[in-house]
Amino acid sequence: MLYREVGQFKTSYQSDEAVFPIAQDRWFVICLIAFALLIVPVFAGQYLYTEVLIPVLILSIAAIGLNILTGYCGQLSLGSGGFMAVGAYAAYNLMLRLPETNIVLVFLFGGVMAMLVGLVFGLPSLRIKGFYLAVATLAAQFFLEWAFARVKWFTNYAPSGSVAVGRIELFAIPIDTPGRIYIFVLAATVVLAIAAKNLVRGRIGRMWMAMRDMDIAAEIIGIRPLHAKLSAFAVSSFYIGVAGALWAFLRLGSWEPLAFDVNRSFQVLFMIIIGGLGTILGSFLGAAFIVLVPIFLNQLPSWLGIPISTAAISHIEFMLFGAAIIFFLIVEPHGLARLWAIAKEKLRLWPFPY
Amino acid sequence: MQARRLLTIASAALLAAAAYAAPARAQNEQFIPHLVYRTGPYAPNGTPFANGIADYYKLINERDGGINGVKITYEECDTGYLTDRGVECYERLKARGPTGASYVIPLSTGITFALTEKAPIDKIPIISMGYGRSESRDGSVFQWNFPLLGTYWTAADIIMQHIGQREGGLDKLKGKKIALVYHDSPYGKEPIALLQKRAQMHGYELLLYPVTHPGVEQKATWLQIRQNRPDYVLLWGWGVMNSTAIKEAVAVGYPRDKMYGVWWSGAEQDVRPAEDGSKGYHSITLQHSAGQFKLHEDLKKYVYDKGQGSAKWEETGEILYVRGLINAMLGIEAIRTAQDRFGKKPLTGEQVRWGLENLDLSADRIKQLGFENEVKPVKVSCEDHEGARTARMQTWDGKNWKIDSDWYTGDDKVLLPMVKDAAAKYAAEKKLSVGCLMMN
Repeated sequence: MLYREVGQFKTSYQSDEAVFPIAQDRWFVICLIAFALLIVPVFAGQYLYTEVLIPVLILSIAAIGLNILTGYCGQLSLGSGGFMAVGAYAAYNLMLRLPETNIVLVFLFGGVMAMLVGLVFGLPSLRIKGFYLAVATLAAQFFLEWAFARVKWFTNYAPSGSVAVGRIELFAIPIDTPGRIYIFVLAATVVLAIAAKNLVRGRIGRMWMAMRDMDIAAEIIGIRPLHAKLSAFAVSSFYIGVAGALWAFLRLGSWEPLAFDVNRSFQVLFMIIIGGLGTILGSFLGAAFIVLVPIFLNQLPSWLGIPISTAAISHIEFMLFGAAIIFFLIVEPHGLARLWAIAKEKLRLWPFPY
Repeated sequence: MQARRLLTIASAALLAAAAYAAPARAQNEQFIPHLVYRTGPYAPNGTPFANGIADYYKLINERDGGINGVKITYEECDTGYLTDRGVECYERLKARGPTGASYVIPLSTGITFALTEKAPIDKIPIISMGYGRSESRDGSVFQWNFPLLGTYWTAADIIMQHIGQREGGLDKLKGKKIALVYHDSPYGKEPIALLQKRAQMHGYELLLYPVTHPGVEQKATWLQIRQNRPDYVLLWGWGVMNSTAIKEAVAVGYPRDKMYGVWWSGAEQDVRPAEDGSKGYHSITLQHSAGQFKLHEDLKKYVYDKGQGSAKWEETGEILYVRGLINAMLGIEAIRTAQDRFGKKPLTGEQVRWGLENLDLSADRIKQLGFENEVKPVKVSCEDHEGARTARMQTWDGKNWKIDSDWYTGDDKVLLPMVKDAAAKYAAEKKLSVGCLMMN
């Protein structure tokens, strides 16, 4: 009832190939963006911005990036943390050495450098598959972490190896308050997410998915593995690099290589597994789940007024979070995005299911 | 499905509500956020420190009814020594209480670095007693950071002075090999700059051995030490890394008597796991020693006898617990100093910052507070946010830590130019306006 596409006739190729071909989807996305842009700033406080919205949005970009590689192209990667670090340090160095550069270019540069590094580390994927590739990308993670901890040039010879960014301005408007950072990050997320959505529905996306579903069959119908796999690595690393630069500049402000250690890679991987492999929506749901559930669990006892020790709260948080992950994976192995798809199916018939 | 989405939305809404509607509290209260780590790989060291701080706040409330009648309230938040969780805790707690957070004690160099960027915006001072950025001693650049009682450069400087004295003069260090086994994070890397500077001055060779977090894997490091046979090993570890290092030293037969730990590598938790193997291991202390002292009489009477203590009574003489007491005392005295100027009422972070910058504890005052022989006089100023640069050395005799040196003072001929250079570089990189912060 609510979600019926009956009667929406596609009368041109253009409307048939739109990013959001169904009107309800289109309106839902437009309303969501409008809500995030216009309504959220009305009520959001600083905590909501800095600890909820900004981290979820930035990590969503990273999750979209990894989803392109793992969810769409089927190449398992554990190097996301390392690629985020490349983005962060590349952006830092550009800003340090050419301070007048526009901040958008700084972030794009971070993405492009991560893309180049991703291409190099993507080369083994032409020969190795599955878990073996995961191990190869893990090597990338450790190598990159090592490089940023040891090669002093990257950190501008800072004695402690920790770097910090100065004032960030976009067209002379300082991006310093949580509200402005949020708007900036939101804009980046919307642009990148729609671009990703656009990419995966077309020729390139189908090439990736063919590669994922059966690489030999894909090769036989004329898809070149070199192009398919390396383009997935390039696009994926670009997204992850941009996310890394945003994370470092707008979330951390000051960071060390430890901020992008292997735990970050796992975090991003868990996001797409829980959110849903091969969906853009899943990247958002997964990021929200992984970032917010621990914080929620940590604060729950104090809201409920249960007096327990700080240590017990932390232990309970870990246990419940683990239990929640297992619960969701059993209930819906295809991720949170699949739940959304099921809901849409149901809404199509609601309130008269048969 | 919708139920789950609703849950997400509801949780976000709850988070928002929590951020907004801090529960109504009595107004005559001074709120202090208490960032702790009672879980994770560093919990054995984080817990006693957190207990010491909490017990001192309880003591002030029970014995004196607060600071000049203003009750202290505090709330714990577990960071697990993770930077992003630490920042989350800080954001969660910074606006609590009638006047917001008075100051924040991160007890992690990583979190200190991250909060250094936020402090000037939120106007909340950071007390990083014995850790944090070494150059943050310069209060004209780092207006909101207070590395009281000593920075890592001071620590490294004093350890080198002590080794020099042991060798019979700093000039005798020529040709010697000094190794630094350090936690591979900003914390562990801090002393390198000073050790290199001293190496240039005295002609010793500095060998660097990074150990990755959390530091349980050090076999390769100590094999290298066995090969290279450094004359001394400095240990810059934290948590389980310290005890692992000492055990590995025993395993490769490196003499413990030639090992010097920083003050974060010199607690009971670090030496006990290696049992007899730790005997003879040295460390610098952050002024104080292990064992109970005058203040503990009150602590027993007002806190522990009432069953309010955070730790076990036997643990209240441990190094890190005592350090927690001292850290809390310095914070409370800063608030008291600020109250003398701004009135006996709850103060903002900005006012407490003034109190920290004008903190002046004389020997008499320290005696009055019950910290005699534990803390030397402290005088903070805008130029010197460290307040004191003195320390002693201690040795583990198998059962207890024993102080076995005189007081050393960090050599400002070496330290000051380095602080100035590093602070100026930081200010230039961040395009900061430099100068002392005035308040009218």
